[in-house]
Parts: sequence; C-alpha cells; structure tokens
Amino acid sequence: MGPDFVVTQRGFTRRDFLKGGGALVVSFAVPGCATLAGPDTAAAEFPRPGTAWPAKVDPALLDSWLRIASDGSVSASVGKIEAGMGVGTSFAQIVAEELDVPLERVTIVMGDTATTVNQRGTGSSNGVMKGGEALRKAGAQARSTLLALASSRLGVPAADLRVDEGIVYASAQPSKRVSYGELLGDRQFHVKVEKDPRCKDPKEYRIVGRPVARMDIAPKMRAEYRYAADLRVPGMLHGRVIRPPEAHARLLHVDEDASLPGLVRVVRKGDFVGVVCEREEQAIEAARRLRVEWSRPGPLYWASYDALYEHLRTGRPKVSKSEDVHGDVEAALAAAASRVEARYEYPFQSHASMGPACAVADVRDGGAIVWAGGQKPYPLRGAVAQLLGLPAGKVRVIWMPGPGSYGMNDADDCAMDAALLSHAVGRPVRLQYMRADGTGWDPKGPPAAFHLRAGLDGEGNVTAWDYDARGFSGQLRRSGTDVPGQSLAGQLIGGYPAESHDEHKFSDESYAFPAKRKASHILPWDQSLGTALRTAHLRDPDGPSTCFASESFVDEVAYAAQVDPVEFRLRYLKQAREKAVVRAAAQKAQWRPRTKPRRAKEGGLLVGQGLSYAPRHGTVVAIVAEVAVDPSSGRYRVRRFTVAHDCGFVVNPRSLAGTIEANLMQAMSRAMHEAVRFDPTRVLSVDWITYPVVDMMEVPDAVDIVMLGNEPGAKIYGAGEPSTRPVAAAIANALHDAIGAPVRRVPLTHESVLAAMRG
Amino acid sequence: MEETIEMTVNGRSASLLAEPSTPLLYVLRNDLGLAGPKFGCGLGQCGACTVHLGGAAVRSCITPVASARNATVTTIEGLARAGALHTVQQAFIDEQAAQCGYCINGWIMTAAALLDADPNLGEDQIRRGLSGLKCRCGTHMSILRAVKLAASRMAAARRT
Ligand code: FES
Ligand code: FES
Repeated sequence: MGPDFVVTQRGFTRRDFLKGGGALVVSFAVPGCATLAGPDTAAAEFPRPGTAWPAKVDPALLDSWLRIASDGSVSASVGKIEAGMGVGTSFAQIVAEELDVPLERVTIVMGDTATTVNQRGTGSSNGVMKGGEALRKAGAQARSTLLALASSRLGVPAADLRVDEGIVYASAQPSKRVSYGELLGDRQFHVKVEKDPRCKDPKEYRIVGRPVARMDIAPKMRAEYRYAADLRVPGMLHGRVIRPPEAHARLLHVDEDASLPGLVRVVRKGDFVGVVCEREEQAIEAARRLRVEWSRPGPLYWASYDALYEHLRTGRPKVSKSEDVHGDVEAALAAAASRVEARYEYPFQSHASMGPACAVADVRDGGAIVWAGGQKPYPLRGAVAQLLGLPAGKVRVIWMPGPGSYGMNDADDCAMDAALLSHAVGRPVRLQYMRADGTGWDPKGPPAAFHLRAGLDGEGNVTAWDYDARGFSGQLRRSGTDVPGQSLAGQLIGGYPAESHDEHKFSDESYAFPAKRKASHILPWDQSLGTALRTAHLRDPDGPSTCFASESFVDEVAYAAQVDPVEFRLRYLKQAREKAVVRAAAQKAQWRPRTKPRRAKEGGLLVGQGLSYAPRHGTVVAIVAEVAVDPSSGRYRVRRFTVAHDCGFVVNPRSLAGTIEANLMQAMSRAMHEAVRFDPTRVLSVDWITYPVVDMMEVPDAVDIVMLGNEPGAKIYGAGEPSTRPVAAAIANALHDAIGAPVRRVPLTHESVLAAMRG
Repeated sequence: MEETIEMTVNGRSASLLAEPSTPLLYVLRNDLGLAGPKFGCGLGQCGACTVHLGGAAVRSCITPVASARNATVTTIEGLARAGALHTVQQAFIDEQAAQCGYCINGWIMTAAALLDADPNLGEDQIRRGLSGLKCRCGTHMSILRAVKLAASRMAAARRT
C-alpha cells in the first residue's frame, strides 16, 4: 500500500490530509468572510481584491449590528476585537440576554472593515464598555422590533407576548407562537438604530453576570481556532523582512538580483527591505543570506540604564504639565518637621507577543485585502490605502486573532509590510516576522524616572507631597495606525509624518494631602521613530511605572511617619470604593500591621507582605503580595497574591478571574524580569534569552480574588488591564517589608535586592 | 538536495520530498496543513511548536524533517483518541486555561508527553516538567491547575 499522502516541495501533489479518513476535519471561519478548510481551499471562497467595499458600515442601521437567520441563529457584529480575554463571549452574553435566545445560538463577528461598524477596534480595556453597550441596545431594539412583527403575525398585543429561547409566545395561549427565525429569517430589519431603546432590567438578567465558559477556549484546546498566522490563501507566497542592524542605519546597497532558492523578489523601498519566496523556509533563508550593506550612523541610545535615567533626569523636557495641585508644596516642604525623598526608575519594556506578528496581504487589481492581527483594523485600513495609493473603499482589513497583544505590538507594522510585499509581486503574500523582528523591533513601553518628596509634621502627618515624573511619551507610535508614518514601513521608506502624541505620566492615586503637586515632563524622543526603541502603548500604558513610584513611596513615607502602610492609605484616601478595596485586600490577606519593615524570618528565608492600590478609569484594585527572600542570594519568589477588584458590574465573572490572574503573572514578569537591553546603537533584547520573562517555577502558590461592587445595574468599567497596575509596587513593598530596605528600580532583580540589603 | 522522507503523522503514513534540513514545523504547517503547532521563536526557546516524535515532546522548529525519517509524529490534531480528547486537553477546557491561546499547543503537548510517561507527579515535578515553556499572556496559574487536574485524573484512571 502506498503512503496516505505524498508531498513534494515543488508543485506538490497530495491527497487532502485534513479531509481524509481518520484525521480531524478542520474547518474554521475567518471573521467576516467565507469558511476555510485548510491550505487547499477553493479560491472562490476568498474575497478578491479589486472589489469595492462600503466606505463605511453605517452604525445608524440596526442591520449593521444584528442579523437573524431563518434557523434562529443570531450573528452580531461589533467594531472591537478579541485580544484573548474572552470579550467575544461577553458580547454574546449581552446579545443573548437582550434577545432572550440561548447563548450557543449567538456568533460574534469582529473587526472586518467591510462588514462591521468602525468602532476603531479595542484599546484601553474598553471592549465591554463600548462594544457591549452598542450590542445591548441593538439587542433590545431587535427584540422589540421582533415583538412588533410577532404581534401582527399572531394577532396578539405586544404587551401580551413573552419570549423564551428565541420563540415568541402569546402569554395567555402558549400554543400561539412564532420563532425569531420565522419572523425575520435572513431578511433585514430595515430600521434605524434608536438612541435609547428600552433595555432589560439588569435585575432580570439570566445570562449576563453568570460565569460561563468562554466560546473560544474549547476550539483553542482542540487546535481548531485559527489565527492570522494559520491562514493560507491560494497562490500565496512567503515573505520576510530585513531590518537595519543599527538605529538609523541607511540602506547603501542590496543585491536585488540575488539568486537564492525559491526567491521571487527582493523588495526595496527607501530603507525597507524584504524578500518574497515560494516557501516559508526559503524566505527565512533568503533573508538571512541576502547581501545588504548599511551605513554606520553612530550612537543614538545610551551605554546603560544608568546613563538613560541620568538623561531623563537632566534632559530638557519638551512639554511639562502639573495636576492635582493643592496649596504651596515648596513652602510646605520647607516648613516640614521632617522630609522623605526617593527616586524610582522604570525601563523600556517589550510586548514580546508569543508569536511574532503575521499578516497575509493580497494586493492586486487596484485593491487590497489584508488579514491581520492587532487591535485596530479600522484605522489600519486608511494607512494601508495611503501607503498603496488606493482609495479606502478599495481596501479591506480583516482582523483575525493574533497572539496576545497588549496595546500596540508589531501586528500593524507587519500588516503594512505584507501589503508592500504583495503589492510588489502582485500575488498574496504571507509575512510572519522572526522572533528578533518581534521582540527586537516591536514598539516599546516607555521608560520613566521619578522623584518623590514628602514633608511630615511633628506628629507624623503628611503636610506636603510632591510627585515628579520624567520620561518619553508612550505614544510616539500612536495606538492605532491611522497614517503610514505610524508604521515602521512608513518610517523606513521615509517621507511620512508620524503624528506622535505627548502623553503625560501622572499617577492616578487620589490621596488628599494639605499640599500636593504632581508634575510630568515629556522629553523629546522623536528621533527613535523608525528604530527599535520607539515607544507605544503597552498594557496599562504608564500605569505600572507611575503606580510603582507612587505606591512604593507611600510605604516609605508611612514607615517614616511610623504608621502602618494600610492604615496610612485609609487615612489619606477619601473615596469609599478606594478605601473598600484596600480594606478588603488587607483583610483577605490577613494583613500584619507594622510601623516599620518587619524583616520576618521563616526558616532561612525573609518573608514580607506588601500592599498597593490603584484606580484606573473608574475601576479600583488593591493587591497584596507575599514574598520569601533568600538573604544569601537575594533570590525571591512571590508566594501569593490577594486581589480586591471593583470594576462595577461583571458580565462574565469566570473569564474575568482568568484575566485578572493573567494580568498578575504578566505584571509580575514585567516587575521581576523585564527591561529591554540596548547598547548605544542597537536593541540587544531579541529573543527569550535576552528578554527573559516569568517561568512556571516562579508562579505563586495561590491567588485570592475578592470582587467588590459587582451588582446588576452597577456601571460597567473596563477590567482588561487595571489589575496589572499595582503589581510592581505590591511586590516592591513586600520586598521592603522582608529585607528592610526599598528596591527602587524595575526590574526588581535579585541583584538589586541583594544590593539593597547590603545598603 | 531534496530527499524522499517517509514518516507517520497522526497515524497516517506520509512520503515527503524535502530538503532534509527543513525544520519539521514548516512541513507540518505548510505542507500537511497542520496548524496546531505554532511558530513562536524558531529557536527552541518557547515550546509553541511542540510535537511528539516517537512519543517524546520535541520542538519542531529546530527539528530537521530528516530526523523524523521513519518515525512517528503526533501533533495536537492527532492527540485525541477515538474521538475523545486527551485528558490534558479536557482539563485545559475545564480550567479555561488560555488567554490568547497561541502558546497552548506547547503546554498541552509537553504536559501530555510528561503525564503519558508518568501521571503520578507532584506539583513540583509538574512545574519542573513545564519549566522553560513561555506564555506571554500570563496564563500560568490556570495552566498549572489544568495540568494538575489532568495528572490526578490520569493517575486515577491507571489505578482502576
Ligand atoms: S517556536 Fe519552537 S521553541 Fe519556540
Ligand atoms: S495564552 Fe497568550 S501566550 Fe499563553
């Protein structure tokens, strides 16, 4: 018997591996387009470039949001995306609830610029708030529209109808019934979206607010979930890019006629270079072997973090701003009985998404389709159109799941690059970055240096509080690729403005002190555009750094005043919800009150407990970390986190618990390990060895979560990021308690713990 | 030079004409359409590309296709038996152990090989067995719970 299938690397022939007996048949839906079934899918099932798509999906039409098929299934569209936190399931819960249909019957379509309303995409943990609100209203209006149809069909007043599982019954005579599918079945609503339709009373919720399994989880475990990286379109080629070896190196020469296995084209535009090959491994090899000469421009970065922080502290700001100013801080400091002062530092950090970005672009016949990950497909469409010189209506961006993205990772850059490569060869090109293109070249979370001062009176009361932050804006590369200059391609080609934004670095704490001031200074860093140290939003932008400085300092001041750190916070916080999370976290963690660091011994280890709190856009979180430190090496482990979390009403408590835990681990990773390495000309963090992250051996033994404020009808605040914010400070404060000295620079490495212990 | 390489993938025989040095990952993903194993680093540092080669977990991004010659390869697509998910897969569903899920192939395939060999492992042994795998989203807590759950189920099944 011959083999079940035969593969040759050139022009392969094979019996379909996936559809054959015994193997799992894989079929998957690309959001917003046809169902695909593997690499051999018929070309007809793919949308073709050259088509004109609506310039805009009209948000004023109910049909833009909801569709009901004759089998009663519901398809809801939203201009948001799933970044791996289960927001799609929350959307489905909201739609199912308002319409009174079973959850399983709802599918959510996201992020296709040709079929879904432009809500810009996802960011700032606004998925459930913004996308959910639109869907809730759409669901409610759809339900009342369907009831009106049912009323005339059944001859029963709408007030005397009830709905159960998508079937409308006459309350008095249940045999009189008609299903949603029969009422509307594949036809459109043809009504305008009402501004304030009557939505269900949250007290009657049966699906929203219940812990449900995420719809994306089982397919992920079965390997049926399809990422952008898994898409194969007919006739597709493979691309790779070649980045400048040093910041601002200019391309001097590239061997455009190179003869390398499988090479279809060397693509060069300005300082952008890429290769397109028949096969993926050929593209990788070609990018490695292609001869490229670059200029040696000289240093742009610093010799060390010490030098960077010195620059941040002494460099001339381009903009400064003050906030939360009360009284005369300098006078109060001068009059204080004693003063506390400390400096804190926070490094460049990388998204380092689990997979380097991947996109497939099909540019031909005067149009373009780009399948890409990322978070904001709608602005990206405009940037692709400008880059290629096409009208926006001829460009379609179809979002597909990427690896987790935490703001503005490398996804949009990859989409733009793929568009360039496909444009050059006139065939679909799949571009996946290599690890070094991802970690090494993704936009970075910005560094900051802080200076905090406080004054105390003779009784240990705080009389003055001064917060001063200096750093680079986290929006040099903005969160959303609206114009080509935002992307690496635009910068490397040259001539595209970036439209950067100066984003300040204020801590969000709301302590009330008689004299208080927060100042933020943004230093110029536009020169980093087009290099691997340009900055952009990384999960909870500026949150971990500003909170680290501010909440670490709270503990230092509390100890100086000989007040327990929890007591201190409760004394100076004014808002009930903030005090409540601090109290709840302390209580659940069995907080040990102290007026100075305890340096508690346990066996040969020093153990400590630290608390930190932070508000974020209405959500409030307090976290207690417990650490155990080996005093001989400074090595430590976080044994337990206790979280008190108030984000108002929670649509899916089960997925939120997973999101909070994941935030804790990622934030712990950032706090303990992460700083992008560089030398004066290059970024040196290019893989998992040079950019270490948390390992399973370090994972805490337990995480306890206390949810507050979760009541039906309570306002919904964003929950995707806030639990990230207090983590670094909580760990630092626990270390302070354990070793008796503060560690003031992130990452909180064991070397710096040891150095702090030795004074 | 391309060579003919025979192997068994997910229980079916395959004959491939390939450069022997081609990483197995690209052959699985691009030629056989098996998208379960993922490209994470291509450097053997993250585990996203893990498959079983002769029952052992290997990182297919640094495994030349030639080293699978006449061997048995299992990808996550072939992990289910007789339509039933592997106990590890089921436990990951029960614990909802993913955020983006891009890393999950690595954890499931590594844990499956680990527990297939011996499910009677304590938490510390499990942690050690999974050490080195990356998850950027930070799903570690629920992953650890899932693997512990699978271990206890598999150990119980072996006792009966
Ligand atoms: S992709 Fe193979 S180990 Fe990372
Ligand atoms: S779940 Fe996203 S990398 Fe692990």
